[in-house]
Amino acid sequence: MLRLEKRPSPSRFWQMATPVLAVVLTMIAGGLMFALLGKNPVEAIRTIFYDPLFNPQFAAYSRPQLLVKAGPLILIAIGLSLGFRAGIWNIGAEGQYIMGAICGAAVGLAFYPSESVLIFPAMVLAGALGGWAWAMIPAILKTRFRTNEILVSLLLVYVAEAILASMALGRLRNPEGGGFPGSRNLSKWEASANPELIAGTGMHWGVVAAFIAVIAAYILLQRHILGFQIKLAGQAPRAARFAGVAPTKLVVLCMGLSGGLAGLAGLFEVTGPAGQISIDFGSGYGFTAIIVAFLGRLNPIGILLAGLLMALTYIGGELAQFMLGLPSAAIQAFQGMLLFFLLAVDLLSNYRIRLAKRGVA
Amino acid sequence: MTQAGKHMAEELLAIDGVTKAYPGVVANSDVSFSITKGEIHALLGENGAGKSTLVKMIYGLVKPDSGKMTLRGQSFAPAEPRAARASGVAMVFQHFSLFEALTVAENVALGMENPPQMRALAARIKEVSEDYGLPLDPDRMVGDLSAGERQRVEIIRCLLQDPKLLIMDEPTSVLTPQEVEILFKTLRQLSAEGTAILYISHKLEEIRALCDGATILRRGKVVASCIPAEKTARELAELMVGAVLTPPARAAKKAWPETEAALEVRGLSATSPIPFGTALKEISFSVRRGEVLGIAGVAGNGQDELLLALSGELRSDPQMVLSFGKPIGALGPSERRAAGFVAAPEDRLGHAAAPDMSLMENALLSGAVRKGLTRRGFIDWGATASWAEEIVARFDVRTPGISVAARALSGGNLQKFLMGRELSQSPAVVVINQPTWGVDAAAAAFIRQEILNRAEEGAAVVVISQDLDDLLEISDRFAALNEGRLSPMRPTEGLTVDEIGLMMGGAHGMEVAHHGH
Repeated sequence: MLRLEKRPSPSRFWQMATPVLAVVLTMIAGGLMFALLGKNPVEAIRTIFYDPLFNPQFAAYSRPQLLVKAGPLILIAIGLSLGFRAGIWNIGAEGQYIMGAICGAAVGLAFYPSESVLIFPAMVLAGALGGWAWAMIPAILKTRFRTNEILVSLLLVYVAEAILASMALGRLRNPEGGGFPGSRNLSKWEASANPELIAGTGMHWGVVAAFIAVIAAYILLQRHILGFQIKLAGQAPRAARFAGVAPTKLVVLCMGLSGGLAGLAGLFEVTGPAGQISIDFGSGYGFTAIIVAFLGRLNPIGILLAGLLMALTYIGGELAQFMLGLPSAAIQAFQGMLLFFLLAVDLLSNYRIRLAKRGVA
Repeated sequence: MTQAGKHMAEELLAIDGVTKAYPGVVANSDVSFSITKGEIHALLGENGAGKSTLVKMIYGLVKPDSGKMTLRGQSFAPAEPRAARASGVAMVFQHFSLFEALTVAENVALGMENPPQMRALAARIKEVSEDYGLPLDPDRMVGDLSAGERQRVEIIRCLLQDPKLLIMDEPTSVLTPQEVEILFKTLRQLSAEGTAILYISHKLEEIRALCDGATILRRGKVVASCIPAEKTARELAELMVGAVLTPPARAAKKAWPETEAALEVRGLSATSPIPFGTALKEISFSVRRGEVLGIAGVAGNGQDELLLALSGELRSDPQMVLSFGKPIGALGPSERRAAGFVAAPEDRLGHAAAPDMSLMENALLSGAVRKGLTRRGFIDWGATASWAEEIVARFDVRTPGISVAARALSGGNLQKFLMGRELSQSPAVVVINQPTWGVDAAAAAFIRQEILNRAEEGAAVVVISQDLDDLLEISDRFAALNEGRLSPMRPTEGLTVDEIGLMMGGAHGMEVAHHGH
């Protein structure tokens, strides 16, 4: 019989090894699933993990996509991870991402067609503020009326989507767009554009912001008393109060930070890869970032790697759909397996598995 | 082996060469002893001596690695508590497993294999409780009961099974002296009826008064067997510790300049933030520099709440708590630390310390303000580490290092670390709840000495404890908490145990309680 025995301290080795093990297990189980679907599992896995980066036929397009997709995921996940560490569950990053994009775009479009260099910075600021303000709604409801931030932040996503649709069809619609929904193309207007900074890399300002966020979060958690308080509040709330951490301040801070970063991600997306406010602007980055945050075990470096890995499965998944005719549901199941195995093998860092014979005294 | 004084030596339970090892520690090594029918047998030893492991084996919670047990002449190896209960072994745990939102009868029914009808059960509870002098109303909500009454629920739950052997783990730690007397009467009655009792304690006077035989454990081994009444408490303690004990030394009182009280509490009332907690009612006292105030009380009478109100976790009106005349009732923990306060809550894992964080991080947890471990918000891990090392060395904390998680330490070691953390912050006001809970006698003596040393250096000290030895040894003045109210303060010198018992509320829920009020 298998028996679990709690380790006195979490194992360092397994904390590092479990993500790798999870990826390997996902490849095995996913390969099995692809085989059952009648595809060559080795080819499918190769198409997902290898071809986007190294196959000369696809890499030219796929490789830059890696950073384009990973950037917003990492930026949002870093913000979420701080809250998750403190036990504050902002599930509505998608809504904050949308609101950041709308606010930023609105500020920019208000000055159209000015060519001032101040427009882009003003839009960045407005984007962050928009996401922050949207996150403040669940934060203040939680601290004032003890509502559940999970529910409120999640439901506000749908409100944000409704606002997005109304903006794309109404106030922000391109007056020269021939009546089509969607705003002016911000990436083509120089004052508001967020271009690829180094050709062929996919690097834009959002990716730069993501890298800065990773470094800042790392320093915050390792070296700053605030990071310590965040960790403490999540692990032992009573000990946090004993240490003098004010729970309400922490809620406002963590929700604000995660909302602000999600808003920034939305702004960089709408001015760059997406280009315009459109009805289908919300592409699920805010939800996927939750997975990325956990995949990276709420650790900034882990999130950086997890964001890249997640982006790869997206790009590789699309490629596999296109090249091998795999159904998109299979790709989603594959991504779900990754999260499942990660959480499952996480047990190994806190527990030891023992083989025990039963009933012997 | 052991001799039973007053009963025929009919052997009930024999333990023969039992050994149990956990990774890194041998909890029991070749332990042998026996209990006869109707005997009250003490299992004596310090924390970590292996008492709990031993009784868990008898109760079927732990399986021994080797050795054998015999119950009434038959081989006895319970695979689970249910099997032990079926063989007539019952146990009252130190920590109760009761649901506060259910009634006494419902709680009892939950622990039974085939509970009878509620009404029949209630009648049965009433009957048994009256037979054994443990009055208990089956319809009352457990959340409303005192700790002593809750223990009665546990005992009656056991008695309903008609046990042959009753195991009691530190039963008196939650009782007033008067309640202890009632319990002893019940236990003697059970013994006279032929039920054997295995009584685990480290309170020596109780064991001398109650038990027929004793087995003394030290580091997992049986070091002696004796008849407790034939030994002095001091002899028993030395057998238990394996060393000669010295009581803490008290320097002559220094006269501190008569300033305003270092800590003054004026009419403090506050509702408890803890579910089923006790509200504080009109508490007033003051402590001067160099003085130690001892606050006694049975668990759950407002001790936790008082600590929260003094540490700053529970805010009050500013004027309700003053330090050197400054109102600080509305300040939070960090601001109070800056004003010279240190506090040590009773609950070590989860409140005083974060279980999964390292000792170094736990040092930072309460020491950041007074030890200046941060600079413009950035943590000085170097200074934190060397301070944590200092605590470990000075308070003799047995740990592989300061990067070990707090939960990996034994209770006593963690307590030493946490006491060290608070007491080495050069405090002006010290508030401690249960300073020596779970530590061995030598460490307890050391902690008491350190508390006295802080007082000598001019700190005002408030010690809240359920251990009267703590309080009588170190406090200058003495008061007791009872249902959230604080009794008037009395000088500790000359207090009798009886008087203390009455200050603590006498016997909760009993007629006796109304004497002397």
